[in-house]
Amino acid sequence: MTDPVYAPEGHAIPNVFTRDMLDWLPWLEPMAEAALTPRHMEGLVDASRAKSAYFRLLAHDPEVLGARTRTDKDIFYNTKAGLPRAERELAATATSRLNGCIYCASVHARHATTYAKRGDDVQRLLDEGVGADLGERWNAVVAASVALTEMPMSFGPSHVARLRETGMDDLAIADTIQAASFFNWANRLMLSLGEPAPLPGK
Amino acid sequence: MSDDVIDRLAGIGPGSGLDGVRRQRDEARRHAQASFDGLFTPVDASGFSVTERWAVAAFLALLHNQDDAAAFYAEGLAVRDTVLARAVGAEAGRAAARGPFGRFPAGPLSVEDSAGVVHTADAAVLGVLLAAALDHAHMLLFHPRDASPEWLQRLVDAGWTTPAIVTLSQLVAFLSFQIRVVAGFRAMQQAA
Repeated sequence: MTDPVYAPEGHAIPNVFTRDMLDWLPWLEPMAEAALTPRHMEGLVDASRAKSAYFRLLAHDPEVLGARTRTDKDIFYNTKAGLPRAERELAATATSRLNGCIYCASVHARHATTYAKRGDDVQRLLDEGVGADLGERWNAVVAASVALTEMPMSFGPSHVARLRETGMDDLAIADTIQAASFFNWANRLMLSLGEPAPLPGK
Repeated sequence: MSDDVIDRLAGIGPGSGLDGVRRQRDEARRHAQASFDGLFTPVDASGFSVTERWAVAAFLALLHNQDDAAAFYAEGLAVRDTVLARAVGAEAGRAAARGPFGRFPAGPLSVEDSAGVVHTADAAVLGVLLAAALDHAHMLLFHPRDASPEWLQRLVDAGWTTPAIVTLSQLVAFLSFQIRVVAGFRAMQQAA
């Protein structure tokens, strides 16, 4: 008896990058909420994540999930000095746009919009892609994200120098690197284990 | 040099400028290492052995063309299985590609669809289970937006369980993060 793989049907497949809220449907069976032990809850980090099919699917490997989530939270939510939150979200959005994760891009484009108050620029990144002209500081963040994401990677000292010329210190540059790199982690989980869908009722 | 793998691969010594920068994001530093530990010293390796994990990691690291990471993971596999390390090295040598490419769901983004190398590993040499894992890893590395239920069905048909597929996905995704952070920190040192 092999484990089932699901191919969800009956929903419109999101086929543009959007800032709208989307749903995400798993292709493999998440853990049942009733089966979650303290070991799994430790991996989920926040008890509320037990309601998410995505996190209950990742809870099949709770130690790695817990470490992933704690890495994620520090890179994005620890705003003590370094890169402003808006530009960490910009790096996440640009990386997701290039890799093609419509779900991830929707979440982080909303966050970038919230923190930067530059909704039109965020939408241009989604519509036009990573070549959109967003002004030098944002262009430098997007270019760094692209150079870290494409294969082979092209990120080098010139990208560091360009970020520095926009006024960044070492911590802000390291935050840019970690935010773009983390989305090369997150995109590959969201893309390979399920698919986006419109929210129920939409 | 510290026991932290990112420090080791990026050449970050205790007390250096970048060490100080990393310690301002200490939770990320510690939990990136905890992710490595969870993947390579797992509580439960029942569906995905530790040697198989090093084999997938060596394949991935070799495909990133980053010398320090490639040497680290290739040697990590070689100390466990020299024959397998040679086979994985040969497989990686045939698997070079550029990315990210792939197809979007049909619609306005279809004009951005692009094609590239889709790799098929040698199952006669590597075994069905590991060959399927390397094919999946190659897809996720170079054309992640092509992922689909069909790709997962191939893993299941090769003998992969749901929990093991979750760990395989985490392994590919984590390595994609770790190697990029190392490349970024290397560039910061070169720019200094």
